[in-house]
Amino acid sequence: MINLDDTDRNILRALADDATLSAGEIGRRLGLSQSASWRRIKRLQDSDVLSGQRLDLDLQKLGFGVTVFLGIKLATKGRVSLDDFERAVIAIPEVQTVQHVLGLYDYRLRVVARDISDFERILRRRVMTLPGVGNVEANVLLSEERLIGPIG
Amino acid sequence: MLDDIDRRLLRQLQAAPDLPTKELADLANISAASCWRRIEKLHERGVLLGRRAIINWRALGYEVEVSLRITLDKTQTQAFDEFLATAREIPEVIEIQTFLGQVDVRLSVLARDMGHYQTIYRSKILTLPHIADIEALMQVAEIKSAQGLPI
Repeated sequence: MINLDDTDRNILRALADDATLSAGEIGRRLGLSQSASWRRIKRLQDSDVLSGQRLDLDLQKLGFGVTVFLGIKLATKGRVSLDDFERAVIAIPEVQTVQHVLGLYDYRLRVVARDISDFERILRRRVMTLPGVGNVEANVLLSEERLIGPIG
Repeated sequence: MLDDIDRRLLRQLQAAPDLPTKELADLANISAASCWRRIEKLHERGVLLGRRAIINWRALGYEVEVSLRITLDKTQTQAFDEFLATAREIPEVIEIQTFLGQVDVRLSVLARDMGHYQTIYRSKILTLPHIADIEALMQVAEIKSAQGLPI
């Protein structure tokens, strides 16, 4: 685990907002030389604090009007059924994320669909036919905010 | 609307957001200049909102991620607004989602370990206004996290 100072924290804040910023631009904003800024970014990358980038897309404009979170309980459990379920669920293109969780459900899925009837098709044909699937709970996403997190 | 080339560009960018324009152009079989123009246009139309760095919280010592599913007391008209405004102030909350369904709000909370989580839960989460019910799901593993859209 690496220790961060205030400058590192400001670099993380800037890149979490816009990963296209160059070391020079970040340096100008924070009053660092380009090489000092580059060295700090490099250190954050090498220690895996900065682990890649993600593209931020407007789902509505791409025709994905509905995002639904599914909580899934498996009907049968055991090593084999978990593997079978995971293999099959990963292959569904509309399933964006799959989390294995402890609690009320076994898995939590984020699913995108064009509209509610498209979602119904995905649910019936793809999700309900997954191996070992038991109880399914659906919640339609209304709004979502990502926050910067405990950078300090 | 998007044409096939736009879709191809977005697919490639989703898989590798930091791909240089030249390589992206080659993959999509177009010139670098036309690739650059198309990307600019996707920005202008608000399809492409930006690129964000992913922070790996484990590397910063945050080992625990808990998903809290919260039902609010809807007899209070200001319940949603007041709850959300207060939740935004908690640094360990990294995601806030609102839903139509059995759950009203979901918070993703980071903690260093279970002891730290318990402190956050007692001192910051349980003191949030208008909570009627709260349930926790602890994340064990992320099986698929690419968040790629089927474009």
